[in-house]
Formats: sequence, C-alpha cells, structure tokens
Amino acid sequence: MTNNPSTPAIRFNKVSRHFGDVKAVDEVDLEIINGEFFSMLGPSGSGKTTCLRMIAGFDRPTSGSIYLYGQDVSNLPPYERDVNTVFQDYALFPHMNVGDNVAYGLMIKKVSKAERTKRVDEMLELVQLKGFAGRKPSQLSGGQRQRVALARALINHPKVLLLDEPLGALDLKLRQQMQIELKNIQKQVGITFIFVTHDQEEAITMSDRIAVFNQGKIEQIGSPSQIYERPASTFVAGFVGTSNLIQGEAAKRINGSDQTFSIRPEKIHLGSLGEKNGSDMISLDGVVRDVVYLGLYTRYLVDIDGGGDLIVIQQNLKTTSMDVLSIKGQKVRLSWHKEHMVSIGV
Amino acid sequence: MPSNTSSRPKASLGLTLAAFGTLLFLHVPMWIIFLYTFTPDETTYKFPLPGFTTKWFGIALQRADLWRSLTLSLQVAAIATFIALILGTLAAAAVYRSKFFGRESISFLLVLPIALPGIVTGIALRSAIGGLDIPFSFWTIVIGHATFCVVVVYNNVLARFRRTSATMIEASMDLGANSFQTFRHVVLPNIATALLAGGMLAFALSFDEVIVTTFTAGQQTTLPIWIFSQLSRPRDRPVTNVVATFVILITFIPIFIAQKISADASDTEGDSK
Amino acid sequence: MLTRISTYFYQRQRLVLFLLLAPPLLYMLVVYLGSLFSLLINSFYSIDDFSGMLIREFTLKTYGQIFSPANREIFLRTASMALSVTFASALIAFPLAYYIAKFAPPRLKTWLLIGVTIPLWSSYLVRVYAWKLILAKEGILSWFINLLHLNGPLDWLLSFENIGGSSLALSPIGMFIVFVYIWLPYMIIPIQTALERVPGSLVEASGDLGAKPLQTFRTVILPLSFPGVIAGSIFTFSLTMGDFIIPLAIGNSKFFIGQAVYSYQGTGGNVPLAAAMTMGPVVIMIVYLLIARKLGAFDAL
Repeated sequence: MTNNPSTPAIRFNKVSRHFGDVKAVDEVDLEIINGEFFSMLGPSGSGKTTCLRMIAGFDRPTSGSIYLYGQDVSNLPPYERDVNTVFQDYALFPHMNVGDNVAYGLMIKKVSKAERTKRVDEMLELVQLKGFAGRKPSQLSGGQRQRVALARALINHPKVLLLDEPLGALDLKLRQQMQIELKNIQKQVGITFIFVTHDQEEAITMSDRIAVFNQGKIEQIGSPSQIYERPASTFVAGFVGTSNLIQGEAAKRINGSDQTFSIRPEKIHLGSLGEKNGSDMISLDGVVRDVVYLGLYTRYLVDIDGGGDLIVIQQNLKTTSMDVLSIKGQKVRLSWHKEHMVSIGV
Repeated sequence: MPSNTSSRPKASLGLTLAAFGTLLFLHVPMWIIFLYTFTPDETTYKFPLPGFTTKWFGIALQRADLWRSLTLSLQVAAIATFIALILGTLAAAAVYRSKFFGRESISFLLVLPIALPGIVTGIALRSAIGGLDIPFSFWTIVIGHATFCVVVVYNNVLARFRRTSATMIEASMDLGANSFQTFRHVVLPNIATALLAGGMLAFALSFDEVIVTTFTAGQQTTLPIWIFSQLSRPRDRPVTNVVATFVILITFIPIFIAQKISADASDTEGDSK
Repeated sequence: MLTRISTYFYQRQRLVLFLLLAPPLLYMLVVYLGSLFSLLINSFYSIDDFSGMLIREFTLKTYGQIFSPANREIFLRTASMALSVTFASALIAFPLAYYIAKFAPPRLKTWLLIGVTIPLWSSYLVRVYAWKLILAKEGILSWFINLLHLNGPLDWLLSFENIGGSSLALSPIGMFIVFVYIWLPYMIIPIQTALERVPGSLVEASGDLGAKPLQTFRTVILPLSFPGVIAGSIFTFSLTMGDFIIPLAIGNSKFFIGQAVYSYQGTGGNVPLAAAMTMGPVVIMIVYLLIARKLGAFDAL
C-alpha cells in the first residue's frame, strides 16, 4: 500500500472506548495528516493514552472505527498494523542485548542476519548509540534506553510512530535535549509521529499540530500558536499556559458584552495611572494586590476597580526586584490590544 | 527488600549463637544418617559406630527391589512435575492476564492441598478412587502428587509474571510478532527460570512424598514407601541408611538450585525495570 | 497460518481466558474438590457391624462413634501435642528469623534462607528417619547424655506418666522433639517475612524515644511480628495434627488422629469412620484459618 499524501495517516470516526461506566474516549473524530508531528495533550485520564493504545491495537474501540491510511484497522491485532510504539517505560526485552532488541522486528520478519546487522548499525547511529549493540538494557542509562526504544520502533519503517510520554522519566536537561533530537529524527525519517504528553510546553515546542483532550473528548485541534493564542474553550485556555478568564458582569463592563473572553497575562501592559492609549486598546484601572519577582519576569495580581482581578506578567527589562516589589498597593492602569482578547464559548 | 547494609546493627553474641544453633539443629540430624551409612552394625543404631565399612553402598546397589522403587519414584515425580508445570503455568497466566472475578478463589483452591493436612488429601483421594472402583495404580499416585505440585509451579510462575513488565508483551506484538512468536521469544525466556525453579521444587516434593502416596498407591512401592516400611519394621537398617542419604541428595540438589534461582531473580529485580 | 490462529484468539480474549483456566480448574475441581466431597459423603455412611460391608445410606451414626471416650482422648492428645509443638516452634524459630531479617548481611542472608528452605521442602521422611537413629536407646543422643552424666534428669523426665516412656524413642517427649524439628522451618520463614516488613526507622524511633533494646524488642518488634507467628502456627498446628508418620515411627502405642484415620481405613477397612475422623482436623483448621485471617496473618503467608 502506498501512502497517498492526501489520505489522512490516521482517521477516527466516532471512536468510543468505555471501561464499564467510564467513558475513557467519547465519540472522538480526528484526522492526522501524513508526515506531521501530532501531539495529544491532556491531563491524566483525559483519554489521550487510550486513543494511542487503540491506534497501536492494544485496545479496541467500543464503537466507531479507526483508519490507517484509509484501511479500517479497528479490529486488527497490533502485529498486523504498520504502526510502532515507543513505550513510556521503554519495555526493552531484558534478556536480549541492545542489538537484538533493535533487530527484533526484523528477526520476526525473517530478514537475513547480515541485513539485520547492517540496519541495526544504521539505526543505532541515527540515535547516537553507535557501538552499544552488545550491551544489555540493564547497563544503560534512562536516556540511552529511551534511544534504544526509539531505534527498535523505527527500524521497521512504520507508517506511523506512536510515542507514549517517552520523555516522562527523564530529567529536565536531558528532556529538552531529547525534544530537539526527536524533532530532528522525525524530519530525517519523514514518518508521521503521534506524541502523547501531559506537558503543554513539550507539546508546543515539538508539534505541528496539537489535540487537547479533556474527559474523553477533544477540546481543540490546531497548531501550537492557534492553541495558545486562540484557545477554543475555558479548559484549553486554562490548561495550556496561564490565562485570565473574564466572564459575566466584568466582561460586560470591559467589552460591552457578557460573552466570556480570555486574555494572556503577558499581553497586558502595566502602566502608570492616566497613561493615554490608542482607540484599538482597552484600558482599565486597578490596584496591585500582590507581586512575585521571578527573575526573568515578574507576576502581578491586580484588583480591578469595580470587581475581579487579573494576572499580569511583565518582562524585567529594566526593573530590579526592589523596583517591582515597591509597586505593591499602588494604583495602576492596565491596557491591551483588542485583538489579543479571545472570545470563548463556555 | 529495603536493606541498608551500612547501618545494619550488629547482633548480640547471644542472638548470633541462638541463630546458628538453630540452623545446626536443622541440619546436623541429616549428617548423622550419612555417618551411619558406614556402620558395620546390622541390628542396632549403636553409637559410637563399632567400626567402619563401605560395603552397604555396594549391597544397596545390588538390591533389585530398591531399583524398582527408585525407578517408580522417578517416573511418578517426572510425570507429576510435567502435569504441574502445564496446569500451574496455565493458571498463573490466566490469573495474571485479567482481573476477573474470583482470582483469589483460584489461588485458595490451588493452595488447599498443601494447607490442609496431607492425610486429608490422602484419604479424600482414596475414598473417591475407591468409590469409583478405579484400581489403585501408578496413575492414581501421579494424580495425587500432581494436586499438590500444581501450586508450587503456580506460585513461582505467577511471581515471575508479576515482576515482568506487561508492556513487554505489547511491545513484542507491536513489533510484528503474533501471540505464538511473542510466547516463544519474549514470554518463555522471561519465565524459563521460574519454570525451572517451580519444576525442581515440584519434583523434590513428589519424589519424597509419603503421606498421600500411602493412600493412593496400590501394590506399588515408591522409594519413600519402602523407607516408611523400614521405619515401622526395620529389617535392612544399613541399606535404609544408604537409601536415606541418597534421597537427601536427590532432593537437596533440585531444591538448592530452585532456591538459588529465586534468590538471584529477586536480587536483579531492580535492574530489569 | 499461525498468525491467523493468533488473530482469531486475539479478538476473543474471553475465550483465551477460558482456555487457560479450564484445564487447571477442571483438574482441581474434579480431582481435589471432588475427592473432598466424596470424603464428606463417606463420613455420613456407615459400616455394617457384622458383615463389615459399606452401607450407602445417610446416617449420623459414624459421627456418634467419633465421640467415644477413646476417640475423645485421641483428639485431646493430638490437639495438645499440636499446641505445644506450635509454641515451642515459635520460641525456637524467633532468634534465627530475627537474625536473618535484621542482622545478617545480604550475602549471608541468601545462604541462611537457603539453609532454612531446603529442610522445609525436602526429605520429610528421611528427616524423621534421622531421629529414629538419634533417639534410639543405644544411639547418639543417649551416648551424649551419658557423656554429660545427665541420665538422672532424663530418667526423671521420662518417669512422668503422660509425656514419658521407656526411652526417648518411645515417648511423647521424643515425638515432640521430632515434630518441632520437622516443622520448625515452616515457622521461621513467616516470622522472618513479617520481621522483614518492620521498618528499621521504627526501631530507631523507639530508640530515640529512650527505649532500651529489650524494651524496643518487647514493645515494637514482638507485636509487629505477631502476624508472622500466627501464619507459621497455621502450618505447625495443621501439619502436626494430620501427621501419622511421626507417631508411628517414634512414640508409643497411644494413637494420634492421623494414625487413627490411617488404621481405620487401612486395617479396619472402615472408610466412613476414617472420613468422619478427618473432619475433625478439617473443621479445626477452617476455624483456625478464619481467626488467623481476622488477625491479619494472611499478609505474612
């Protein structure tokens, strides 16, 4: 089967997965484009991992269908799907060395020994583990095991690679390094990557598109900037980054309508009272209730005159901690561009 | 197991002596049998030994009845172990795979034959076999032994399954291996030593079992039954000593191997994760 | 082909579970529970007094027989032996279990555990036989007692009516020693397991609060290891109660439950009476298990 670029790599058609009364995945529709780096983002229990497991074939939908390049795979076992997985706990085979682990898929396909060795070497080079073939998994560090798991999954040239929180067990430094590396490898091999994570920063850094999951449903699908700048729901606005949600009376006072809207803290300008602004700006007066100095930036909590509060973040371009802390209790003027406000349907 | 070697307190002398004294109490009696294989005294258990001879080993080797009993015991143990390996592994796999209702009952049912006194199992089997007019034979012995050997294999294999990451099986299937290939390349290598350990224990358990056997055997004389007859009416004392020593050896070795395997497996438990 | 079969089963997980479970479950249900059930049925049959033939009719007559004074004595004798063996085993097992759990360095610990588990699994019969040699009148123990000039105290001990006898090999005392020896490993392992779970920090905390080692032992370690003792006692009690080899090999002519059952069904040919007799230990063990579960001993098994 050839991969027709216009056919979605993965398509979900009203897919549900129930565990007893719990609707882990609830009528999800989804299309993942050929060759993209797609992230499933959401808190634990939101259904993202269940979706991944259904694509891999470890779990089957209660209802609905899953298509892999147009073929209905909903009921196929994992070994009949051209999809490979990098597991959260790596799931390396402890009784085999690194080389045999990576060659496992080829061994099952009865690829000749010589060919196997050649391709294992290529793969280990790709993940920067050249010369590690003879080691046992127990002799590797967490980051190295991660790379072996990646090589083992990629050696079969799957149509889609699934990654289940693969960086979760690594420390921050290694994690950031692996994020870049993963992205590079994806570009090199050109395979569709589906990446499950609960870390919004990770999703934003690496993905072409993100699906935000909540309670078994997808809240929003879009590019990282769309998700961040234009959150479609209060959940997305709250889960991805920090947001000020303004609703009801306060919204009416500020915007003239009681439609809920969100404004990112870093889009708000904090100025002195009486500052003049253009007509495309919204201005509000308030009193600074709290100031937290965070080095790179400072976070303010401002009580707005007439009720409600807003979080404001300002980069510390000139100020020092002494200056910012002294602002506490003072009256300030907040202002932002109208275009940065995002209306949200609740 | 949380063992902090550096901060391990030192035991008092009294405790150390008591501990090693108890260990000696457990083992010295068996060495005494070994000592008695060299006694020239045929009619009593006189100590100190009135002399030294090695002739009983040769005499024991000549005894056709002993060879028959030994062969019978080995055959029974081998077949009972084989049945236990299959049934125990199947039960362990079923219990491990799913959280179905009643898995505790399964464990309980399997443990029952060794938790209840052996005589209960023995007489129960006898009453059932007798009630169905099945002749007592080699196979009735095997069936009896298998009932209490299953749990040994089951416990060993289940413990190993629980230490094996479930995603390993998924990973194998994900990489293209069907259930049979996954069993052969991933599951079997991971439970092999547990099967070996469980099988060894089952073999040893069956080889020197006497209580259930007295109820399920017909005219067959297993090696333990032969020894038992000597216990109540000693006729061949020196030969019994030789046989007893032999039984100790033939059961010690598999149990030792099994225990070593289990100890090593729990030592490396942390590494394989 | 194999792949097709594999896929067929993969899509039918319940069938797989059934196929895995059916053989062992059928075996245990039919062979074992079936036998226990047949035992229960048999205990409600009786033997014709004149012909000695089995009468397959429901009766409580056989149960009436087990309450005869002679049988009551057998029950009492067996139960008190089981109880004293259990107590003695717990006492003797504790130091070794404590040492293995809390003091032995890791390597030694592995070897000590092997040293305890080997006699647990192996050579039950041969280990009984060893004591036949040791306890014999002309045997090694007598020789040793002679050497230490302890004949007087031994004779004094053997002169007691209920525990004594003509020699150690023919007395309840001798039997008691052998029982303790044989079942001791079954007590050591559960106690060791329970002690292993007592965190070292708890002991240190108690020390911090000013407790002397002996106080710590009494107030912290002993209560926390109690479930292990109970778990071990399940084995020592049950095994002693059902045993007939040791009373036959050592001991005097006074019967124990196991022996009685053995001879009723063997030489006596009275299967119903033997069956009713085993119901005694079965009921006692079930009650014991229920109490043990209440006390939390099952976690230490």
